[in-house]
Amino acid sequence: MIALLLRDLRLAVRAGGGFGLGLAFFLIVTVLVPFGVGPEGGTLARIAPGILWVGALLACLLSLDRIFALDFEDGSLDLLATAPIPLEAVVTMKAAAHWLTTGLPLVIAAPLFGVLLHLPGAGFFWLTVSLALGTPALSVIGTFGAALTVGLKRGGLLLSLLVLPLYVPTLIFGAETVRRGTAGLETGPPLLLLAGITAASVALLPFASAAAIRVNLR
Amino acid sequence: MNPADPTVPDPTVPDLPATGLTVTGLTVTGLTVSRGGIPVLEGIGFTLAPGRALVLRGPNGIGKTTLLRTLAGLQPPLAGAVSVPAEAIAYSGHADGLKATLTVAENLGFWAAIHGTGGPGAALEAMNLAALRDRPAGALSAGQKRRLGLARLLVSGRPVWMLDEPTVSLDAASVGLFERAVRAHLAGGGSALIATHVELGIAGAEVLDLAPFKARPPAAGGRGHPFDEAFA
Amino acid sequence: MSIWEYANPKRFMQSSARVLPWVTGLAALALLGGLAWGFFLTPDDYRQGSTVKIIYLHVPSAMLAINGWGMMLVASLIWLIRRHHVSALAARAAAPVGMTMTLIALFTGAIWGQPMWGTWWEWDPRLTSFLILFLFYLGYIALWEAIDNPDTAADLTSVLCLVGSVFAVLSRYAVNFWNQGLHQGASLSVDAQENVADVFWYPLLTCIAGFVLLFVALVLIRTRTEIRARRLQALEARERMA
Repeated sequence: MIALLLRDLRLAVRAGGGFGLGLAFFLIVTVLVPFGVGPEGGTLARIAPGILWVGALLACLLSLDRIFALDFEDGSLDLLATAPIPLEAVVTMKAAAHWLTTGLPLVIAAPLFGVLLHLPGAGFFWLTVSLALGTPALSVIGTFGAALTVGLKRGGLLLSLLVLPLYVPTLIFGAETVRRGTAGLETGPPLLLLAGITAASVALLPFASAAAIRVNLR
Repeated sequence: MNPADPTVPDPTVPDLPATGLTVTGLTVTGLTVSRGGIPVLEGIGFTLAPGRALVLRGPNGIGKTTLLRTLAGLQPPLAGAVSVPAEAIAYSGHADGLKATLTVAENLGFWAAIHGTGGPGAALEAMNLAALRDRPAGALSAGQKRRLGLARLLVSGRPVWMLDEPTVSLDAASVGLFERAVRAHLAGGGSALIATHVELGIAGAEVLDLAPFKARPPAAGGRGHPFDEAFA
Repeated sequence: MSIWEYANPKRFMQSSARVLPWVTGLAALALLGGLAWGFFLTPDDYRQGSTVKIIYLHVPSAMLAINGWGMMLVASLIWLIRRHHVSALAARAAAPVGMTMTLIALFTGAIWGQPMWGTWWEWDPRLTSFLILFLFYLGYIALWEAIDNPDTAADLTSVLCLVGSVFAVLSRYAVNFWNQGLHQGASLSVDAQENVADVFWYPLLTCIAGFVLLFVALVLIRTRTEIRARRLQALEARERMA
């Protein structure tokens, strides 16, 4: 199992831009927003938590269709499905690799982008914490969407359509945590609910994803 | 009987990784396989003894790939039974599952790790790939890629090989290497099911023609699936 | 005779052909009667004026938007567990009907909201949940359309329906958490105290019955169409094999 994770990470590094692409997209979103809403620091500070969370979510979405597509095309997915490790574990490792190459860089870089958007000082901690807790759910849910659309020629747009409504609760609790954190309110409830979503998704969704892969390989 | 007794190892073949194969034959009875929900082959039955190879013949599109994928557990059969679990079967399809940016040794090492069978060294030797071990798989020729794909079978450590057109894009020397690998596998008590159009120099290989098993279109009213008759 | 007998496509076609005219007729009767009763024979609300009468479209369609998804969930489960094709096709048939109900609920809500709240759209939890439900319907239908093999499509959409249901419920609570909202409380409730007054209640019940019958009729018609389309596919496949 670890071998699969290492291989995916190695592929992401070798392919060049595996780590960078999502991050660059996140940067673009963060830079474009002030052009759209105007440069007033007050406005930016108010919307920063939401923008940062939406940007992270879109950056995650961007790389989802590559989770299984390449392995499907070159036959690796067939071979992984017949390998001794259960497909549920394969799917989990794929999601973990996606998080390490996309989610984790976002978590690390988000405070930097927070500076660009005048995120109030109290928000930085909560931004990092909420993204660290929430992005694994984004990767696991996205892996489920990718598993559903793996056999399709032009699955990219469909994948976004399927995954976006599933992202709603994660986004709401994640952004709410940061908003409350910046306002000095109690962040416990949204943060715990966010952690709950992540824990439940990580525990249960791999079964659905593996089932979808099996159907798609038939 | 062929003078080359398949149970005596060929001295020219390098030792393969110790696999600890459980020596079992493969028995298939009354198997019906489908493509897109429609039966393509029905009533297939054959026995593959340990140490033997069976060559599947039949025109393109008859369902050789579908049969192999069904036996490998990638899709469920409509009917019938297979005596060994899919875990005993190493499947090799049209695509080799190679990653262009990984080196030969990394590609093979990955599959060895997945199957929990030592390192890729012996398999690289057997397929004459040792000299290329640090080259990215993307820089290999088509034949070399195919050989790397077949080397994966060696590291899988599984007793029953299912090979779909294994000699495509191989030159004569590489076909020879491939035949040697299959012979060594058979000598070790394994067995192989090979879908191919070319003659392979494998002693004692039986041939199964799939044409007689071609599924007949169901009669009007669809007696094949009595419950869903309105669909047929 | 077991209820599963009706999962046989042939039996389903026979029984549904017998039932369909009655369902359709009753649906028309209840809808026309209920709407006429509600629109012309009930007094205006003392606070909301005649605007309140949109309740006869808004409440039934909103109920069916949710229950339509519930029906798809049950049908998907039956397909996954018992592999009855009719069940999968019924789920497929219900999706566009449910989506239309969601749209009707959203539009009538906007029309009602404009004079009441002074805005066509408000990010109120109920409105937002319905928007999310609409997206779920959209994704479900798009997935059905995108996959050629009918059994693969049925399997994948069923899995999506299952996972989607969990996330839809989750979204409902998430948006509640996120915004407390303007929407009035439930119009219907087991607690009679909370219900709308009797004079609105009876025509509303009639309209709900009409919408339910309409939903059943539409789903039956669409399921019959899907079964015929599948039969056509099977015949074509046999043609090719022969």
